Amino acid sequence: MVKLAACAAFVMLVILSIFIGAGEFSPWQAIHDPAALQLFFASRLPRTIAAALTGAALSIAGLIMQALVRNRFVEPSTAGTAQSAALGILIMTLVFPAASLAMKTLFASILALLGTSIFMMTAHRLPPAQPYLVPLFGLVYGGVIGAVVTFIGWQTELLQFIDIWTNGEFSGVVRGRYELLWGTALMAAIAWWIADRLTVLSLGRDVSIGLGLSYQRTLQLGLVIVSVISALTVVIVGIIPFVGLVVPNLVSRMLGDNLRGTIPWVGLSGATLVLGCDVLGRLLRYPYEIPVATVMGVVGAILFLRLMFTRATHA
Amino acid sequence: MIRIENVSLSHRDMPILHDITLSLEKGGITALVGPNGAGKSSLLSLIARLQPLQTGRILVDGLPVGSTPSRLLAQRLAILRQDGAVASRLTVRELIGFGRFPHHQGRAGAADIALVEAALEQFELQALAERFIDTLSGGQRQRALVAMTFCQGTDYMLLDEPLNNLDMFHARQLMRSLRSIVDERQRTAIVVLHDINQAAAHADRIVALRDGKVIADGTPNEVLTEDNLELVFGYRMQIMQIAGRPLVLQHL
Ligand SMILES: Nc1ncnc2c1ncn2[C@@H]1O[C@H](COP(=O)(O)OP(=O)(O)O)[C@@H](O)[C@H]1O
Ligand SMILES: [Mg+2]
Repeated sequence: MVKLAACAAFVMLVILSIFIGAGEFSPWQAIHDPAALQLFFASRLPRTIAAALTGAALSIAGLIMQALVRNRFVEPSTAGTAQSAALGILIMTLVFPAASLAMKTLFASILALLGTSIFMMTAHRLPPAQPYLVPLFGLVYGGVIGAVVTFIGWQTELLQFIDIWTNGEFSGVVRGRYELLWGTALMAAIAWWIADRLTVLSLGRDVSIGLGLSYQRTLQLGLVIVSVISALTVVIVGIIPFVGLVVPNLVSRMLGDNLRGTIPWVGLSGATLVLGCDVLGRLLRYPYEIPVATVMGVVGAILFLRLMFTRATHA
Repeated sequence: MIRIENVSLSHRDMPILHDITLSLEKGGITALVGPNGAGKSSLLSLIARLQPLQTGRILVDGLPVGSTPSRLLAQRLAILRQDGAVASRLTVRELIGFGRFPHHQGRAGAADIALVEAALEQFELQALAERFIDTLSGGQRQRALVAMTFCQGTDYMLLDEPLNNLDMFHARQLMRSLRSIVDERQRTAIVVLHDINQAAAHADRIVALRDGKVIADGTPNEVLTEDNLELVFGYRMQIMQIAGRPLVLQHL
């Protein structure tokens, strides 16, 4: 029932996202008007795909991160991953301004990996009896890296670029400028492929070793997936908060934590949520746009509070 | 056979295990007893390669635990940890199913599914099969974890205080299940027990540890003497004989 509703909502938002925007574009025109068709392929379709990919990938990244850290309240944008990626692209922009987007993304991924590894190593040392210490530490840690990014940006007069990377929005997404995002789909597919290993990992180190899982290797693979997804989305869209936090938690409440079964639903729900926030951002002050990160900040916060104050439904 | 040869362990400068040499034959139930901090959990986690060996050797069917591929070992040896807290929301059936992971790496076949059903039945968990484990009572969860360990289908099962949280009915039930699994399928169980009378009633062999040393080792009748128990637990208790097995009046 809920699954059906999620599918229906997703399809509806895809249609809405394609037909809403500043340029005239109706289903009738799509068939008869070549200029409208051009708008469809150059802008509306890429934007819709980008939003869906970003939402799905960020949610899955959040899910994996929660399995790796064994804490439900972490996600890439609150644990230094996204901030490290932003630092990476800033450094590339300063040092190798001529580098291709793919090269910049690669470097951003490496810094994201580094930043997240440091977070993980520290998180594993925090007393497990106090689960809120980990997300709190993540917030501070991410905040510090974010401050470094802002400081460098301020010193080098790159602040307006930094805003692009840190405040996610889809208005700049057109054909030719978003295709790297398909890399996140690849990462999501890998995550699904190793879903059982990730579930075993989430049962803890001792259970993992007892079941013969190569614990360190799986941990590293998970970290790479999270880092690459974060870097790709930061470079092309910018940071979007809360998706990676609320979507996995909502799905876990309903379907549990067996990742082979839940990853597709986490992806679909994340895609729906981000698409929905993007459409909302386009409608609220039509014909002006509100960045998706801003809308998500509000919507995500409301969803998060709801999560905190409602108890899990028992199966 | 599990061979433990000259195994010592210390943490910082604190000695935890002191030069332990022990052979655990295949088949039967061996109970590991001793006061808190004796080193029982440490010994089990060394056998199960959950922490690295510092000195000595441990062989499982001739395979050295330090250097044998983890997956191969996981097909021969299963461990249930004392603090086996599982935070994930898995159903009881899913959790037990992950016990088959060493054999199928995530692609469960018909045989795996049949084994999960058998484990659900053996531990009387059918009614709870679709419940998420975070909605179970401590004792129910403990049974699910034991069923998962059992479902791994290994020749050797290391169970660290499996009777934790279980009521009398289920504690007895679990020990009897263990007995029948061990007898019918030639399995080997090494069980840490705090209730000395469970060990007296169900174990074939008792190994008593204190301060990281083996104090006594043998059949229940050999080990459970007033002198041995005083040496291990620090006070004298009366021992009676009922149906050929010792009964320790530990609470008096
Ligand atoms: N990770 C650890 N760090 C420090 N000391 C430990 C650690 N694990 C166990 N110990 C110590 O080792 C001794 C044996 O512990 P353990 O094997 O858990 O005993 P048992 O299971 O018999 O109660 C105890 O004194 C305990 O404090
Ligand atoms: Mg113990």
